[in-house]
Amino acid sequence: MSFFAHYNYHLAIILAMIGLYTMISRTNLVKKVAGLNIFQVSVFILFISLGVVEDGTVPILSEGYTAYSNPLPHVLILTAIVVGVATTALALALIVRINEAYGTVEEDQVQAKDEEP
Amino acid sequence: MLPLIVVVPMLGAAVAALLPAGRLPWLWATAVSWFMLWAAAGLAAQAMDLGVLSYWMGGWAPPFGIEYRLDPANALLALLIALLAAVVLPYAGPSLASEVPERKTPYLYAALLLFLAGQMGISVTGDAFNVFVFLEISSLATYTLIGLGRDRRALTASFSYLIMGTVGATFFLIGVGLLYALTGTLNMADLAARIPAVAETRTVHTAFAFIVVGVCLKLALFPLHLWLPNAYTYAPSAVTALMAATATKVAIYVLVRFIYTVFGPAFAFGDMPTAHLLVPLAVIGLLSTSVVAIGQGDIKRMLAYSSVAQIGYMVLGIGMATALGLTAALLHVFNHALMKGALFLALGCIAYRLGTTQLAVFPGLGRRMPWTMAAFVAGGLSLIGVPLTVGFISKWHLVLAAIELGWWPIVAVIIVGSLLAIIYIWRVVEVAYLQPAEDPGRCEAPLALLVPTWILVGLNFWFGIDTRVTIGIAERAAAMLTVGLNGGAP
Repeated sequence: MSFFAHYNYHLAIILAMIGLYTMISRTNLVKKVAGLNIFQVSVFILFISLGVVEDGTVPILSEGYTAYSNPLPHVLILTAIVVGVATTALALALIVRINEAYGTVEEDQVQAKDEEP
Repeated sequence: MLPLIVVVPMLGAAVAALLPAGRLPWLWATAVSWFMLWAAAGLAAQAMDLGVLSYWMGGWAPPFGIEYRLDPANALLALLIALLAAVVLPYAGPSLASEVPERKTPYLYAALLLFLAGQMGISVTGDAFNVFVFLEISSLATYTLIGLGRDRRALTASFSYLIMGTVGATFFLIGVGLLYALTGTLNMADLAARIPAVAETRTVHTAFAFIVVGVCLKLALFPLHLWLPNAYTYAPSAVTALMAATATKVAIYVLVRFIYTVFGPAFAFGDMPTAHLLVPLAVIGLLSTSVVAIGQGDIKRMLAYSSVAQIGYMVLGIGMATALGLTAALLHVFNHALMKGALFLALGCIAYRLGTTQLAVFPGLGRRMPWTMAAFVAGGLSLIGVPLTVGFISKWHLVLAAIELGWWPIVAVIIVGSLLAIIYIWRVVEVAYLQPAEDPGRCEAPLALLVPTWILVGLNFWFGIDTRVTIGIAERAAAMLTVGLNGGAP
């Protein structure tokens, strides 16, 4: 069981950590949303790579093939991608409104403006 | 009937978005919520008779198709959501009209109905991935609704809830994915049957950890509650009442469902240190947020912190891993929705008349708004846990469950928590009744707001005196969920 035998998991973990770290460390709200997206994509990759069957082909029945990849995780992720798009759209819409109300999209500046009397 | 309870509010949301701005979307949403109550009551009665109701989406048999499944545990929850929706929506019309611009009403009620559809979907579905989808539907609607608050801080509150809520939901998704990788199924009943065979693998342990942490973010278990106080404080009053009463309760249900049904109590409490994690966090959260609540100047924020504390009671009941503890947790889910609903509706009346819920406007309010403040006091008594109210019933069961286990320090914690509740409710009562008003004019809220508030207050006493229905359902649900607890757990 070498490191590369499960490289898909390692990739997903690395991406997830990049995403989470971006979300926590950046004060810019748009960058936070970018981090959130990276985090979500890592989970999508985890799911999609789960569906792979060794030597499998696309799941369309045809003669000469016996091994097919599992399409179900892909379909699930199709749904999750839609959810992710909706979340991103809503987050960006909120950022637009935050920018209108505060004149900035930096979290620390927004907080500073709220603390002013 | 079972799918209709989700489909009707979902399609109703689309219709609401198309209606002209004004009173029409509100009337439509109210009609939909009453249909939901009627349907939920019928379904709950059937579920109690038959034990389990099952519906196969598109006719595909589980575990391959998506199954909607109603048993006593989620029948109680579906009834709770529908009941609160049917009471809060009539109230929402006048209350939201004063807080949200009229041109936004179609989208506002579309979001409210989507929120209800999502909540209902989570409670009736028997499919793990479906839970994620409905969780996101209701969460996205919630973010929108919070963002409609008058204060600009509503926007930042909504944004931080969006970030944390999405992380929570994605954690949940990771857990579901790992379970699917191992068992090849997403149906909860099927998962429950297959997990014991692979329970010793690290994958299941990881999946369990991801799911529990993700759901705990959604239900605002201390210390994952940071999104909640701001979200509750700045959301429009009627939205806060509905959210406080149902949103976290549904997340509690998901936690119960996954711990007790999918993973099974033997795994969750035997192989995994769930109790050692949930019980201390519940206790710390219960005490610390109660103390924080005492110092709040905004009463809405005070009740938000109190909500986190009350969630501590529910998680405590879940962490006890006994039938009695789980009964108490489920009872408190139902009862807390009634008391917090009543309290937030009373606050909504005050916000309607005075435009704010800061403690500074409370002096003399006992005479200026006698009915509203009386409702607040009654809800407060229930929150404290005075006999004849629902708060007493659930806390009494929780104390009994703790005594059964011999957890005497926990009994003390529950009592101290109630004492802290007395302090923060008394603060408000003292200011409202004993301090003179600057402007002594009467400004009672209109009947359209008072009637729903008092209906919830009445239910607080009704279910506090006649406990047959709630305890009956909760006991059956707990007995069903804890099957195998005594056999497997070490």
